[in-house]
Amino acid sequence: MDIKWDKILVTGDPLILASQIAIVLTMIGIVVGLTYFKKWGYLWREWLTSVDHKRIGIMYMIMGVLMFFRGGVDGLMMKAQTAVPENTFLDAQHYNEVFTTHGVIMILFMAMPMLIGIMNIVVPLQIGARDVAFPQMNLLSFWLTFAGALLFNISFVVGGSPDAGWTSYFPLAGKEFTPGIGNNYYMVAIQIAGFGTLMTGINFIVTILKLRAPGMTLMKMPMFTWTTLITSLIIVIAFPIFTIALLLGALDRIYGAHFFTVSAGGLDMLWANLFWLWAHPEVYIVILPAFGIYSEIVATFTKKRLYGYTSMVLAIVIISVLSMLVWVHHFYTMGVGPAVNSVFSITTAAIAIPTGVKIFNWLFTMRKGRIEFTQPMMWTLAFIPTFTIGGVTGVMLGMAATDFQYHNTLFLVGHFHYALIPGVVYAVFAAIYYWWPKVFGFKLSERIGKWHFWLFNIGFNLTFFPFYLLGLMGAARRMYTYSAESGFFPLYFISAVGAFIMAAGFVAFAYNIYWSTRYAKRTTANDPWGNTRTLEWATATPVPHYNFAVIPEVRDVDAYWDMKKNGDKYLTLEPKDIKPIHLPNNSGQPFYMGMMAFLAGLFLVFELKVLFYIFAALFFAGMIYRSFDYDEGYYVPVEEIIEKERTWRDDSKWKAN
Amino acid sequence: MNTEKSFPYSHIVGYLISLALTLATLLVAFKTALPKGTIMLILAAFAVAQAGLQLVMFMHMTEGEDRDSKVVHTIYAIFMAAVIVFGSIWVLTAGHPIY
Amino acid sequence: MESKLVKYPVPTEYQSEQGKLNILGFWIFIAAEIALFATLFAVYGVLHPRTANGPSGAEIFVIKDVVIQTLLLLTSSFTAGLVIHQMRQGSVKGLVTWFVITLLLGGGFLFMEIREFIHYVEVGAALQVSAFTSSLLTTLGTHGAHVTLGLIWGICLIIQMLQRGITPKTASKVHIWGIYWHFLDVVWIFIFTFIYVGGLI
Repeated sequence: MDIKWDKILVTGDPLILASQIAIVLTMIGIVVGLTYFKKWGYLWREWLTSVDHKRIGIMYMIMGVLMFFRGGVDGLMMKAQTAVPENTFLDAQHYNEVFTTHGVIMILFMAMPMLIGIMNIVVPLQIGARDVAFPQMNLLSFWLTFAGALLFNISFVVGGSPDAGWTSYFPLAGKEFTPGIGNNYYMVAIQIAGFGTLMTGINFIVTILKLRAPGMTLMKMPMFTWTTLITSLIIVIAFPIFTIALLLGALDRIYGAHFFTVSAGGLDMLWANLFWLWAHPEVYIVILPAFGIYSEIVATFTKKRLYGYTSMVLAIVIISVLSMLVWVHHFYTMGVGPAVNSVFSITTAAIAIPTGVKIFNWLFTMRKGRIEFTQPMMWTLAFIPTFTIGGVTGVMLGMAATDFQYHNTLFLVGHFHYALIPGVVYAVFAAIYYWWPKVFGFKLSERIGKWHFWLFNIGFNLTFFPFYLLGLMGAARRMYTYSAESGFFPLYFISAVGAFIMAAGFVAFAYNIYWSTRYAKRTTANDPWGNTRTLEWATATPVPHYNFAVIPEVRDVDAYWDMKKNGDKYLTLEPKDIKPIHLPNNSGQPFYMGMMAFLAGLFLVFELKVLFYIFAALFFAGMIYRSFDYDEGYYVPVEEIIEKERTWRDDSKWKAN
Repeated sequence: MNTEKSFPYSHIVGYLISLALTLATLLVAFKTALPKGTIMLILAAFAVAQAGLQLVMFMHMTEGEDRDSKVVHTIYAIFMAAVIVFGSIWVLTAGHPIY
Repeated sequence: MESKLVKYPVPTEYQSEQGKLNILGFWIFIAAEIALFATLFAVYGVLHPRTANGPSGAEIFVIKDVVIQTLLLLTSSFTAGLVIHQMRQGSVKGLVTWFVITLLLGGGFLFMEIREFIHYVEVGAALQVSAFTSSLLTTLGTHGAHVTLGLIWGICLIIQMLQRGITPKTASKVHIWGIYWHFLDVVWIFIFTFIYVGGLI
């Protein structure tokens, strides 16, 4: 429409210029490196086309860590800008873009891929399955998520980033007030990633309902599997709502429709309504798997069974239903009236009850347990009090009458960072430390891990506790600067210092991965922590591509603990018990679909409709190709399985002869 | 052991009922003088009946070893759909004078 | 083929493990579709009185055409049921015959819908006119896009049926397509009742 093609590459800002140069150099570096070491074929065959759930999980995690870095840099830029009053490090427009991309990337392209990555790696192992129900669709989910993330991330160098906040409220996000293409990126990129997430949800529901090992009834499932199931149920209902919201937003912006524009009868608050109908459940989509991770870790490192298993299951089911019934508490100030606000205040307060049950369950699990202070456990212990602060301030915000005071202040920003960082980021760190040895065959260093832990925790509290105080003093969110007379300076400055300490913690984490990869002691022990309880620890380390030589039978919630205590034929397996294992073949189709989605999305962002239709048609051609694909997979020969099982079953029966 | 009869009685019955419900919808809507609210309630009941008929008689929801999963999950989705529709309309129209 | 099927106590589409997974997976997807269309109905419910300077529903709906569309889709849903019925009888010929009839009825519906859209644009009710026309055309268009996808998908399945006959794998595909087609009829029932008839009362 009115796109200025000669100004499409964002120029004039030294920060962006530097990153443009960095991006080009990195890409050249990757291409040269892959060519020099002749790794293109390896990358394609073993990773990009792999339908193995563990490989897909690792790819999700790599993407999540990269996005964490990107979103973290956004955060640091904001903290640098507000460190002193009247700062000119970023201008208002740039600050708007940075807080928008920070929010979107952290929620959709960091938290979601990290947790989905962990689900991918762990859930099929925990339930004793060979893979997920739809392995190729699983890879398609990854590539669509990746395509969405890629599209969203190129926005700041090509065409300009979205700048209407991660909530992208209309009418601000409409064509009238943001005529550039930045907000097209928001509508299109998230849509593509959302399709991937929806497929992941479907995949995990079927996987968990249908592929559990014999004997594992629903009430014998590990807690992480339970939370994954419930999360997937929420995804399947919540994401289609956002699909429609984004579709309508795109129609408004690109095709001139009037859903959310104020003219021609459009209703801007309809966007807020649809957005939060998705975004509130989304909060639980990212936090429930984290609860599952903590439940596994608490039980393992206190050497006790999880306290109150049934109440825990009940609590997550209730949370999942309530999560769909509270969305209006994000816009009480719309002022729709006391009846609506009262109902949503009550449902919001009700969520605190099942959440409180879970907190007490973790505490009671630790009671009289022998706590082992490993890295995963440290993060879990830090989570409980910090998350409780986040939860309690959430209850304060949840009361409609008081919310009018807190609304749009930094108090709110403090609340959701206290909920999401301990609730998701700590859980992801705990999970990485906990399951790393299972995936890679060595532990991450505890010594460097302690640096990571303390720097990150001190930094986190220093950064975000001042937000509560600033909010109570009246500091509004999303303001790019403030005056010296406001008196905000000391707290803002402390917060900025905290942010850089947190960043140092992240550097320690990255260094830990580097150091441990080079120097850590390798192990092939299937149970490197020694006290693990669930099935994923019952197979070889690193996990073979077929997962389990034979599918084990389950008698108890803590299936592997029960095997160790009472003996099991799975542990005393003999080579003659091994039979060939059926597995799916790799496929290039998901990669093709992801790239077509990316290109179609790119052209839609730039409102080149004919090219968009062509690439959308090419995307659907990939679906037709898949319909005619009758690939039946392959069998892993017995010799290969025996070879692998020898590495950890130190039984005389397995000695090579 | 093929349990289905060779002549599709149930399909024809289902088809006839759905035609009858469609006709009834039109009659109630345009040939009666009931107040609009009452008409909409009756029409809603007809639509739900017809949807249920499709789900059970044509879509084979209640067969196979996963029938419980299918039925429970579909009921969950229908409940959430009701929340989305009636919740949104309530939140966005309560207290707004355009109605 | 007939005698081979009689040995099995369950229909062909449930005979393979992957077939059962696919059918359950598709039911989960149907739940997502329910949420998707529910959102569109919510949007329509909120926006339909907001006609701005454009026409209202009562001014542009043509009930005769809507009834024809409804009959076409209802009948195609019935014949889609016969496709599954023929499949369980083990008759490829019957299956393909009813499948073609179903797709023709679906194509007729789509033809009517395209004509309807052209009519709306002609009477000044294009997408860009008002919140009402935006939500009307988007709701109908989303349903129509689903029907179009179902037609292309159906053609692919007819080709596969002719190539491979009734196997657990092809049977589960046709069964899944059948669920999808009936679901589109369910959505249409609500569109018919609440958008057209409700708008005309």
